[in-house]
Amino acid sequence: MIEARNLVKRYGSTVAVNDLSFSIRSGMVTGFLGPNGAGKTTTMRMILGLDAPTQGSVTVAGRSYRDLPAPMREVGALLDARALHGGRRAFDHLLCLAQSNGIPRSRVEEVLGIVGLEGVAKRRAKGLSLGMGQRLGIASALLGDPAVLIFDEPVNGLDPDGIHWVRTLMRALAAEGRIVLVSSHLMSEMALTADHLLVIGKGRLIADTSVDEFVRSRSQQSVHVRSPQAAELAARCREAGATVRVGSTSRGATAPVAGPDAGTGPDVIEITEMDSAEVGRLAAAHGIALSELTPIRASLEEAFMELTRDSVEYQAAGATR
Amino acid sequence: MTDATIARTGSDHRTAFRASTFGDALRSEWTKLRSVRSTFWALAVTVVLGIALGAVISAAAAHGYARSSVSGKLSWDPTGVSLAGVAIASLAIAVLGVLCISSEYSSGMIRTSLIAVPKRGRVLAAKSLVFAAVTFVVGEATSFTAFFAGQALISGHAPHAALGDPGVARAVAGAGLYLTALAVLSVAAGTLLRRPAAAITCLIAVLFVLPGIAQALPDSWRNPVTEFWPTQAGGQLTSVHPAAHTLQPWPGFGVMCLFVAIVYAIAWTLLDRRDA
Repeated sequence: MIEARNLVKRYGSTVAVNDLSFSIRSGMVTGFLGPNGAGKTTTMRMILGLDAPTQGSVTVAGRSYRDLPAPMREVGALLDARALHGGRRAFDHLLCLAQSNGIPRSRVEEVLGIVGLEGVAKRRAKGLSLGMGQRLGIASALLGDPAVLIFDEPVNGLDPDGIHWVRTLMRALAAEGRIVLVSSHLMSEMALTADHLLVIGKGRLIADTSVDEFVRSRSQQSVHVRSPQAAELAARCREAGATVRVGSTSRGATAPVAGPDAGTGPDVIEITEMDSAEVGRLAAAHGIALSELTPIRASLEEAFMELTRDSVEYQAAGATR
Repeated sequence: MTDATIARTGSDHRTAFRASTFGDALRSEWTKLRSVRSTFWALAVTVVLGIALGAVISAAAAHGYARSSVSGKLSWDPTGVSLAGVAIASLAIAVLGVLCISSEYSSGMIRTSLIAVPKRGRVLAAKSLVFAAVTFVVGEATSFTAFFAGQALISGHAPHAALGDPGVARAVAGAGLYLTALAVLSVAAGTLLRRPAAAITCLIAVLFVLPGIAQALPDSWRNPVTEFWPTQAGGQLTSVHPAAHTLQPWPGFGVMCLFVAIVYAIAWTLLDRRDA
């Protein structure tokens, strides 16, 4: 188990991580999700003893990382696949790491096989492609066959094949009962890989929830309606307890009928807190003609953006809604 | 992907794993040192400079001996002449020592290393011990070879030295010891400054530039510098005929070791406290 209690990290006047508490359980892939600059890497660096917390503490298997007697046997980590000496051969890179924790040479050959790098073991690290470098980093994390695995943006720079491979590997590692913590700034990636989500923004914990729960609670459903009697329908819906916005600002989930301003105008309303069947029934009951009735489900990506909108570090001026 | 492909084959090892030791860290650092090409090149430069340059200087000095002045003949130091190349080769050792840790900072490898061995003092101790041992072996081999080659070239043209002469064996062996102390100092400097260029510049300043500048100062300033400047003081171990205003060989080397120890302690403390 990885357990953080009131973790704070300040760099000068910048607060990178702000009062973060969580515990990560085994047997599932935990996605560590947040926009760039949210504090994901800093948190991982604190878990791994690279950075000292300004306040609070974080433990792995009940101990602070620096006190682990055989760190690589307990925790495997990949923070930055390029964090190696470019002039060293892939095999020697893994060998020096293995030796530092008393892991036998035969295991180096084994992990090279697992990640499919046997063929380039003699190549110097700087001669490896981005994808091969990433695989080498993952190999080093697997060296000690650890019960805890920590990966920072492991699919960055990988081709679709590589992404699929990493995803499968993460799930297999979790299925073996390990703790797998994977960071990403892409919700869509996490939806495919993770079982549980820790969402952070500006160093603060925003959500600690299962992926299913997150999808259910965050991806709000709305109904996009076009009607010549839109104003009347809006009134009826409001009476029935729904929230109605006149002049829909459809958030791109569906492209409304073509036309320069097809998505807006007085004949378009957007209804939330009421499903499309209910809207249709209400319209029929009051004899209101409908020219369009579209249920809209916000994508996970939108739910994530909605959630972290206030905590995005760098936002393009045009991106604000 | 099945269990067997990720987990180690064979019986359950996880219950059996032992705590990692300092010996593990030593083996790891040895692998790191021998697996990069810069090690090979720097050590080759040390050996070649130390022996070849020493031979050239010995031959040239021996041929000039007959024409030199009386005072020149009085201060004739065949041991020092044959070891002149080693003194210059020390630059290669200093650069390699700085690089073996600062290259980890410039590449980011240091983070990988400290995740593998979070006891940071252990990383520094293992790294400096391995590099010091390699330097000691290469340094002694170079200085003894340079000595014998130099004396062979000198004999017949000028008085030459033998290992049995007073102070000579100590001076030749001392050249290797001087390089070893320098090796530890450069690893510490690399740890302290982290950037290869900054650390190499600082070390060259300490080794060569500042003592040179001191020669331009008035006597009252120059003498304490030549006496106590760490590399000047340490260098006394390699000289047979002590010059004026210098320490005795072993006390001089002691001053250098004390300086190395202070820099090392600062490097150790900072490595332990700083975010990597």
